[in-house]
Amino acid sequence: MSGLEFILDGERAVAPAGSTLIRALSANGVETPTLCYLEHTSAPNVCRVCVVEVEGSRPLVPACSRLLEEGMVVSSDSSRVRHARKLVFEMLASSVDLSLVSEETGAWMREYDVDPGRFGPTLRTDGPAASMRPGHHERPDGLSFASVAQPPLIQDDLYVRDYAKCILCYQCVNACGPEAQNTFAISVAGRGFEARISTEFEIGLPDSACVYCGNCIAVCPTGALIPRTEFDLRASGGWAADRQSVTRTVCPYCGVGCNLELTVQDGAIVRVDSPLDHDVTSGNLCIKGRFGFSHVGAQPRSEPA
Amino acid sequence: MWLGIDVGSDIALANAVGREIIAAGLTNDEFIRSATTGFDQYQESVEPWTLERGEAVTGVPAEGIRELAHAYAKAGTAQLCWTLGITEHHNGSDNVFALINLALLTGHVGRYGSGLVPIRGQNNVQGGGDMGALPNKLPGFQDVENDELRSKFELAWGSPLPAKNGWNISQMFDAMEQGDLRSLYVIGENPAQSEAQAERVRDLLRGLDSLIVQDLYLTKTAELADVVLPAAASWAEADGTVTSSERRVQRVRKAVEAPEGARADTDILSAVASRLGTDLGEPSAEEIWNELRKLSPMHAGMSYARLEAEGGLQWPCRSEDDPGDLFLHGRLWANPPEGPLAPFVPVEHVAPVDELTEEYPIRLTTGRHLESYNTGVQTGQMSSPKRLGGTIDLDPHDVRNLGVEAGEVVRVISRRGAVEAPVRVDRNLRPGLAFMAFHFPEEVDVNVLTIDAWDPRSGTAEFKASAIRVEKIGA
Amino acid sequence: MDLHFADAEATEAERAAVDRFMSAHASETGPTKAARLERPRSRERRDLLLPGLHALQAAIGWISHGALNYLGAAIAVPPADAYGVASFYSMFSLTPQAPNVLHVCDDIACRANGALEVVDECERVFGPEGSGDSVTWHRSPCLGRCDRAPALFVQRAGEDDFDHGPVHADLSGRAIDGLAELEGMNIDLGIERSATPQGQAEVRLLRRIVERIDPSSLEGYRANGGYAALHRAVEMGAESIRDLISESGLTGRGGAGFPTGLKWKMAAAEAAPRFVIANADESEPGTFKDRVLIEQDPFALIEALTIAGVSVGAEKGFIYLRGEYPVAGRRLEAALAAARDAGLLGRDLFGRGISFDIELRIGAGAYICGEETALFNSIEGYRGEPRNKPPYPTQVGLFGRPTVVNNVETLLNVLFIIMEGADEYRRLGTPTSPGTKVFSVSGHVAKPGVYEVPFGTPLQDLLALAGGMRKETGGMRNITSFGSVLLGGAAGTFLGPEALDLPLANEAAIERNASLGSGAVVVFDTETDMFEMVSRIAAFFRDESCGQCAPCRIGTVRQEELMVRVGSGFDSGGLIREVGRAMTDASICGLGQTASNAVVSALDLGLIGGDA
Ligand SMILES: Cc1cc2nc3c(=O)[nH]c(=O)nc-3n(C[C@H](O)[C@H](O)[C@H](O)COP(=O)(O)O)c2cc1C
Ligand code: SF4
Ligand code: SF4
Ligand code: SF4
Ligand code: FES
Ligand code: FES
Repeated sequence: MSGLEFILDGERAVAPAGSTLIRALSANGVETPTLCYLEHTSAPNVCRVCVVEVEGSRPLVPACSRLLEEGMVVSSDSSRVRHARKLVFEMLASSVDLSLVSEETGAWMREYDVDPGRFGPTLRTDGPAASMRPGHHERPDGLSFASVAQPPLIQDDLYVRDYAKCILCYQCVNACGPEAQNTFAISVAGRGFEARISTEFEIGLPDSACVYCGNCIAVCPTGALIPRTEFDLRASGGWAADRQSVTRTVCPYCGVGCNLELTVQDGAIVRVDSPLDHDVTSGNLCIKGRFGFSHVGAQPRSEPA
Repeated sequence: MWLGIDVGSDIALANAVGREIIAAGLTNDEFIRSATTGFDQYQESVEPWTLERGEAVTGVPAEGIRELAHAYAKAGTAQLCWTLGITEHHNGSDNVFALINLALLTGHVGRYGSGLVPIRGQNNVQGGGDMGALPNKLPGFQDVENDELRSKFELAWGSPLPAKNGWNISQMFDAMEQGDLRSLYVIGENPAQSEAQAERVRDLLRGLDSLIVQDLYLTKTAELADVVLPAAASWAEADGTVTSSERRVQRVRKAVEAPEGARADTDILSAVASRLGTDLGEPSAEEIWNELRKLSPMHAGMSYARLEAEGGLQWPCRSEDDPGDLFLHGRLWANPPEGPLAPFVPVEHVAPVDELTEEYPIRLTTGRHLESYNTGVQTGQMSSPKRLGGTIDLDPHDVRNLGVEAGEVVRVISRRGAVEAPVRVDRNLRPGLAFMAFHFPEEVDVNVLTIDAWDPRSGTAEFKASAIRVEKIGA
Repeated sequence: MDLHFADAEATEAERAAVDRFMSAHASETGPTKAARLERPRSRERRDLLLPGLHALQAAIGWISHGALNYLGAAIAVPPADAYGVASFYSMFSLTPQAPNVLHVCDDIACRANGALEVVDECERVFGPEGSGDSVTWHRSPCLGRCDRAPALFVQRAGEDDFDHGPVHADLSGRAIDGLAELEGMNIDLGIERSATPQGQAEVRLLRRIVERIDPSSLEGYRANGGYAALHRAVEMGAESIRDLISESGLTGRGGAGFPTGLKWKMAAAEAAPRFVIANADESEPGTFKDRVLIEQDPFALIEALTIAGVSVGAEKGFIYLRGEYPVAGRRLEAALAAARDAGLLGRDLFGRGISFDIELRIGAGAYICGEETALFNSIEGYRGEPRNKPPYPTQVGLFGRPTVVNNVETLLNVLFIIMEGADEYRRLGTPTSPGTKVFSVSGHVAKPGVYEVPFGTPLQDLLALAGGMRKETGGMRNITSFGSVLLGGAAGTFLGPEALDLPLANEAAIERNASLGSGAVVVFDTETDMFEMVSRIAAFFRDESCGQCAPCRIGTVRQEELMVRVGSGFDSGGLIREVGRAMTDASICGLGQTASNAVVSALDLGLIGGDA
């Protein structure tokens, strides 16, 4: 693999040809904030917290998806970059519940002094704006500020869709569709600020095409999609990360050999994931692997169904 | 492309595809010449399988067969993947040969991205076979009847081993019927519900002198047992390895405690051995694995440390520096090929044993729902929003013709028995084809209907093709 | 893909509408699924989704769950995806609604001409927006008929749509039970209504329009110079055409001003198949020139796009026309049929083995679909969300193939250049902006309309051509003196009286931190409530953001909210500028990148925010 030379924050730098900027920067010791980006899926390129300045480009460019070119002059920390990242974080944080984003993201938000309160108190909207015709909206009143706050959708015992936490990163839609599951149960519906993740005509998930693979949960960066076990424990205050361990094993069902990561708290499995970087299924599972764990554990086994 | 093939006509389809590939000049002649034998006989055997005849027998439009043949033959890489729809027939082995023939015709075998892929229905069917849970094999697919190989094991285990192949499961039930098999030790299977002609099976199990069942649950089979040994779930309550469909050996690990009294399979077997007078000690999973590595050359390179670090390894992996084989049969591409050439095996289409007649006009095929697993022992515990329960799934036309409605309980009758089940309308079926899942034996005991005509080579019964009729109750 | 449809059945009428639509497309080749003979052939034709939704909306008046399922099954599109697409466009209703829908423009040019009174009247007569059994109404962004403001577009189930203007408050009152009457006024008035009031200046693109050549007659078109350019182009050959266009210095008129010859060369250098597209989605508030050009001279666009196809080496062209242009749509459809019948489109043209045909695709109410990559997605049957660039359309465009997208006006210039040569083309205009430009002039001018002037013409000369400020009494007040002008539409900038001498050329505009954009010129007098106008622009972007990227999706909301605070004197505009900078810098596409231009320029000019 040949290396490309470029200028990073005023210094000469090298990275392999074919690298995205985010990898090229990382290879040179510069980390970049991300929200919608995952290493193993194609970049949705929508959150824009990863922007950097590239000489010759009028707008800033997304580091997660732009490819490095020979001779590029990249600034990762210019005032434009810092301003754009700060504002985008502030706008997101002012309209979405970011309480379950990763620790790294939290650190970035502190780094940029993110203060969502600058836009004023957020307005509670009750439920998705499904009835809003695209191209129409309520006029603002100058006092309240719109957010996507809404009650969580609890339609079954397997997982919860808490779209008050949704940053519209498209990862779940891509996972349900072409990236992994090929089921296409969910899509982005509506437009603009009313854009939302939805089934057709917002029908309940059990009636939809959803096959409960939970592959959308696996890629959700904000905890908007969350296993019911975890959701309930968090709701009751019983979720205790410090009492949890994670064990890698193999799914007991079919012969594909999907790897499982069992999160165990107080002797019970509370969440099942699959390592995103494992080459058997890249983090994808089916309903049985992700949710079919209730039959193990120290509690006496109930009679078979 | 989806081909709505008539159940049980796989060979007809494969042969018609094969003929078309030959007729269109799309064969990989170089590969056929250097790596295979028997092409001429094969060509002769498929000659009658014109697209038209293929369509007549399989129900797939000739154009569809042609499209498939051309797409498969022209693809840079192509895999034929199958599950039990190919193997659970009275001629399941022939079905597989018919597919192998296609791979040989086109050279879609033994190369990265090309191949023949039987997808396993359990996480460790492959591993079970690897470990010698086959009537004719010792661990590492070493022949029981090969004295040299057998004596290697006898030496290691300090005990003589039977020198003759054992029985497969269908032969076992026949042997029970003959009175030749009087005791059975069942580990992690539920034959009382999962086998074809379930009533007969249960009678035979009841008639045994002794039945020992080792399972996570008190299954229907366990209920019939004299001794039940409660087991820990191997994937989350015990340590060990499993082997996936792609021959990849991976670690399973204990994450939670088993319920009081339930023990790992290895513990139970060691304990049983010691009661029987052989002290195996209390070996750890890794110690047992390391013994296997000594006896099975194809596993020799797979240390626990490597399995851990490399995310599993694919056999054969003969030494610590062997990366394992990503795919098999690459030898056929060597010049000249290493080892024996691959033979074409001409096979003929034979319709399913259970004939469709006026009395039994509907073809019933059985299978799984995505959200459930086998007889539902594990998945039954999951509160699944997608559980359909035990139903008879019918095409909308058939539902109309029968004068029944969705949800209405009907009687389903085969030559072997009858069950009652509610109707589910499924547009993905077509007139004359019905589907039932076997996950819900408590609700609908599907295997009362299925036929136990089995393939003499694989010992697998024809679960996929029974003849039934459906009756409105009270009509 | 295993399609799963929840229980929802289509009605007979809905099935009939889809069946009719499908059989109209039956002969087209698309990848088919070989399936059992007795099963209906499900065809993977995702690109038929948008026209299929139009077919349902037009026949039934809304799109039900059952109808969506039925259409989805016919073209093999999963229902959630189909819903995601249908809910993207404002012309589709996913809930039952009245069969007659009035879209009442309340955008800037119409506001300047009493649109809010029409809105009030609608509310009084029909009740709240969206209500009503036989007639309902909605506010609408600019309908592209600002020359006849205030404007109205009427969408009807089972009958042709039509547009109308000017509407007056009392007229909308009559519209309650008098829809037929409205329609009657519309019939065949097209030519008069849209005639350009161009004065004595030299015109190139508008010649046939000024001379009132019958737009429905291919003979008439040919008798007035039509198709001479295509014949000459075919003689010249593809490469010479590209060289000539480069030489002329023609730049795009769609807003970005990219050199057209270079664009064509880039696409031609990539492997076939290639596509050419005429971008007729014209939705930039204050812009209506493409509508006039198409309605009055449809064959010219067809001829020009054919030349583009020949030159780029494309066998298929698309015209993407905005959905609110019903007259232009019908005229184009008829003109395409006539051209096909005359052997001017189709296979083996002119006996030279050239194949080229054009498909008309109709938008459905989404400004963003004018952005070229969003336009690709829209044609392909996906949500009209812009794609990440690079790769550029000339490399990876429609259906993943190299594609040239040109604005309608850009293409029409090609006809002139081919006939008259590059030097003649450059005779007018400035060295860096050669040729002429068609401006849409509206607002408080005496004669709103389209005007073609050489690049470099001072703004005040253009306004003079449009009759200067309106003299007559408008509504309650005398409209007399120039206050400001919005140059380039909602994505453009406000300029004050000090800019009246601005030469209308790309480079001169950039010097003043402005851009000609689409050539929209909306003029406001000193009496105008500019806060209201700027707020409307903020609302426009909030409505039209596709919602894909965070800075624009949320930034356009915050911008509008903060405008209210600026208006009430709570805020001096500092935070709005911060939001604007982030949108400009971090948004994916031109919409977000320009969404703060007008607001920030209004702040700079002191048109708003003076009190804080
Ligand atoms: C939000 C947005 C809307 C646009 N709408 C139009 C439009 O309606 N018509 C148009 O020709 N170009 C429009 N464009 C510009 C197109 O993306 C593209 O640049 C143009 O069609 C290229 O043609 P040209 O080179 O002939 O100008 C729009 C751009 C953006 C960002
Ligand atoms: S659980 Fe699976 S099928 Fe359901 S929405 Fe998520 S990704 Fe799609
Ligand atoms: S639900 Fe999660 S994965 Fe899906 S778009 Fe929202 S944040 Fe992204
Ligand atoms: S800038 Fe706005 S319109 Fe453009 S992609 Fe982003 S959200 Fe969509
Ligand atoms: S991480 Fe790059 S756009 Fe989201
Ligand atoms: S038509 Fe109303 S503003 Fe253009």
